[in-house]
Amino acid sequence: MSDKATLTIRAVRKRFGPVEVLKGINLEAGAGEFVALVGPSGCGKSTLLAMIAGLETIAEGEIRIDGRLVNAVPPKDRDIAMVFQSYALYPTMTARRNITFGMESRGVPKAEQDAAVKRVAGLLQIEPLLGRKPGQLSGGQRQRVAMGRALVRDPKLFLFDEPLSNLDAKLRVDMRTEIKKLHQRVGKTTVYVTHDQIEAMTLASRIAVMHQGAIQQFDEPAVVYARPANMFVAGFMGSPSMNFMPATLVDVEGRPAARVALDGGGSVDLPLGFTPARRPAKVILGVRPEHLFRFDAELKARKPWLASLTAPVELVEPTGAETMAILKLGERDIVGRFDPDGAPRLGEVLPLGIDMSHACLFDCADETLIPRVAA
Amino acid sequence: MSAIADPSSAPPARPSWRARLGAWTPFLVLAPSLAASFVYVFVFTFWTLYISLSNSTLLPSYGFVGLKPYFDLWSNQRWRIAYGNLFFFSGFYVVLSLLIGLALAIAIDQRVKGEAIWRTIFLYPLAVSFIVTGAVWRWLYSPDAGIEFFVRSLGWSDFTFRLTSDRDLAIYTIIATGVWQSSGFAMALFLAGLRSVDPDIVKAAQIDGASRLRIYAKVILPAIAPIFVAVTVVLLQFAIKTFDLVVALTNSGPGIATTFPANYVYELMFQRGQISIGAAASIMMLAALSVVIGPYALWVTWRRKREASALG
Amino acid sequence: MADAAFTAEFAQAQRVEARRYALGRLGVYAFLGFFAILYLLPLLVVVANSFREMPEITQNGLIAFPRSFSFKAWPNAWAHYCVQGTCEGVHRNFYNSLIMTVPATLVSTMLGAINGYVLSKWRFRGSEALFVCMTLGVFMPGQVALMPWAFILGRLHLSNSVYGLMFVHCVQGLSFTTLFCRNYYLSIPDDLIKAARIDGAGFWRIFFKIVLPLSPPILIVTVIWQFTGIWNEYLFGVVFTGGTQQPITASLVSLATTVMNARAYDVTAAAVLIGALPPLLIYLFGGKYFVRGLTQGAIK
Repeated sequence: MSDKATLTIRAVRKRFGPVEVLKGINLEAGAGEFVALVGPSGCGKSTLLAMIAGLETIAEGEIRIDGRLVNAVPPKDRDIAMVFQSYALYPTMTARRNITFGMESRGVPKAEQDAAVKRVAGLLQIEPLLGRKPGQLSGGQRQRVAMGRALVRDPKLFLFDEPLSNLDAKLRVDMRTEIKKLHQRVGKTTVYVTHDQIEAMTLASRIAVMHQGAIQQFDEPAVVYARPANMFVAGFMGSPSMNFMPATLVDVEGRPAARVALDGGGSVDLPLGFTPARRPAKVILGVRPEHLFRFDAELKARKPWLASLTAPVELVEPTGAETMAILKLGERDIVGRFDPDGAPRLGEVLPLGIDMSHACLFDCADETLIPRVAA
Repeated sequence: MSAIADPSSAPPARPSWRARLGAWTPFLVLAPSLAASFVYVFVFTFWTLYISLSNSTLLPSYGFVGLKPYFDLWSNQRWRIAYGNLFFFSGFYVVLSLLIGLALAIAIDQRVKGEAIWRTIFLYPLAVSFIVTGAVWRWLYSPDAGIEFFVRSLGWSDFTFRLTSDRDLAIYTIIATGVWQSSGFAMALFLAGLRSVDPDIVKAAQIDGASRLRIYAKVILPAIAPIFVAVTVVLLQFAIKTFDLVVALTNSGPGIATTFPANYVYELMFQRGQISIGAAASIMMLAALSVVIGPYALWVTWRRKREASALG
Repeated sequence: MADAAFTAEFAQAQRVEARRYALGRLGVYAFLGFFAILYLLPLLVVVANSFREMPEITQNGLIAFPRSFSFKAWPNAWAHYCVQGTCEGVHRNFYNSLIMTVPATLVSTMLGAINGYVLSKWRFRGSEALFVCMTLGVFMPGQVALMPWAFILGRLHLSNSVYGLMFVHCVQGLSFTTLFCRNYYLSIPDDLIKAARIDGAGFWRIFFKIVLPLSPPILIVTVIWQFTGIWNEYLFGVVFTGGTQQPITASLVSLATTVMNARAYDVTAAAVLIGALPPLLIYLFGGKYFVRGLTQGAIK
């Protein structure tokens, strides 16, 4: 781990009574990076954030900010700023006062305070809101004031604790874009906790997927999406989630293929687009919905690793931009995302094409990804 | 709240004496109140408990005599009358206050006009001391100028209404006056409860075709069952502590007919110079209160834990 | 044709329903009205009698339309009436009540707020248990505390002194005020405190700048309830003080209930009203806070 990283977390564990909430966390964030901590409720991400902030004690492991060990340092001296899910704006103070409260507590001279507020308010475009109290602001405006309060500290590390969870869907998308733009402008190292994997995918430079107190995978979004380290990550990232089909590995014409059981005892062999590094007896084949197509020869010419089979269509859900369809393969349902033109029709037996070059193979025994042998 | 230093690294930030003091501040601030309440909850109780096991008469003395004062207490007819009065009174007091409070709350809940005025009228006795209430009702009960006088002046010259001077009936005046004072309290809590019932379940019942009466009996009242329990506990607690009302209304009379435990404690301690027996009587009162409050507190805690785990 | 019959039948059913509804409403108002009279009667009687002349009261009874009018009962009750050996009316007792109640209310409320703040926002191991212990004081009967308090007040040379009473109520009030304030402060989001700590605010700064400005609702409720409870308290008043040191509620008993030869209903009515007025006025003006306190505190 490089010591030039802004944030270094090493071997951190945390217990609450008999329950071990964090089981050996190792993480780092370089200067200017945007790290997302994503996972379902109870995975420990908020606890980890609280420990970075200094709101929870660190009994095992160490946390360093800019190389400096901060285990014993109180929150106000860690040079961090935090934006809360509930914004946590002081309800009896104006927006301006909310922003300057921390500076007042530290005895910053008035002139400096005013300059800082001006700078931050301009950046977030909240100048006209400064005289109002939080009760008079909308959700998005409150969010921006909360970010202003964090920005004005000019900290080394920005911490976000599910800041968009309290907003309605449309506003959430707008604010997400604003946070991204802000990060591009200001460039501060950020740790962002969320349970929404779309937020993590769009905002982060690296994603740490957490589950039951441990980091399952820590990598760039594209890698986490395309090559998930295990079935949990594969199922958690992406919506609708990846289709999982039990299969066995066989050889077809000298090339590896996944044999998937069908209704009535038959099976279909899907040639893989790659060579798996291991060949366990039982595997799980993972295919994302967007890699399912209506099979035709022209498509096959463009996608050489398009496997061909048929599947009956059980349900069709048009969303306008695309059409989701649930197909039956063997005993299970699989979900596909199709172009509205030529989309599957209800009751049809669809000629299905699966782009196997993007498929993932998981070892049945421990649910981890089976790596590919480089071609 | 204070972070623990990592021993393996270079000099950690020294928790200065200031930081250490800061970590202790919450506890230090709480300490005086904590000490004070500890003293008057536990120390006082044990003190009184000890006196109840001593041979004190006019002044506290500390010779231990075991449970003798308790035997003396229970062999005393007056105490048994007091205890009996307490049970009798509590039963009527709680049930009547609940019923009248509930009836008033349901009535007001029918979207009557001027709700604030009705509430103000029914609730004002809460702002008045039991002494004042007792004194005023005592006047009203007196034959030479009160209700009897009034009704006679209307023409019924044989009307008698001398409850406060009737050995057997005086207790009813205490019950009536107590209910008068406390039913407003029950009403206020029931009204808040009725208002907090989810309107959707009422609508569902209406669609199901239930009559208004049935909706109340089967849907709304069960929904506010916890309030019944809470009000009952509070009223029982008031009942056990009844003292002011009796002093003002009948002063334990006529004779000793309306003695209550709290009044007997006062008399034993300050008029008859039998402090140890008086202390024993107050410990009995404490015991009665524990029987009422203890299970209720446990039940509330159990319910809260169950709700928390159901949500978790 | 079927339509017309149906409409007629429907209209008839509507009329019956409307009549039933109207009767129902009438019933509700009658019920409420009856009880309202029952509740108001004592108050009206006392007020009326304090303005009547004694001979007229004796003639017409307490429950009668006043046929005389005089103010003189009031100054009499305030400054001249003889009770327990002194002929100074109840004004001294009234002042005693003020001396006892106001400081005790303010002190116990302030301490209760700080305690509530600590117990809800700065939890430490065992703080819940300590809270429960503190709260037990609300349920304890005063009788258990009589002997110990008498002893302590004696040692502090505060027996038979209204200042002793003030001290007693300051301490006894702590349980109640802490209970109320702590439950209220639980509703302040913990995130606010966390944000303030990150902003560098310490224990006291958070209390004065953030928590206290959010407190007026609970402080008003607590003050109202404490004032009413302490002013109306009788047992400690009558045990620990006597005569001119007594607060007014305690002195009212000897005033209003001694079976003396000629019962001066007019003066005693005025005296009782003097004793009951402060909490009653607070109730009339602060009514909604009263109720808020009820619903918050009792359902706990």
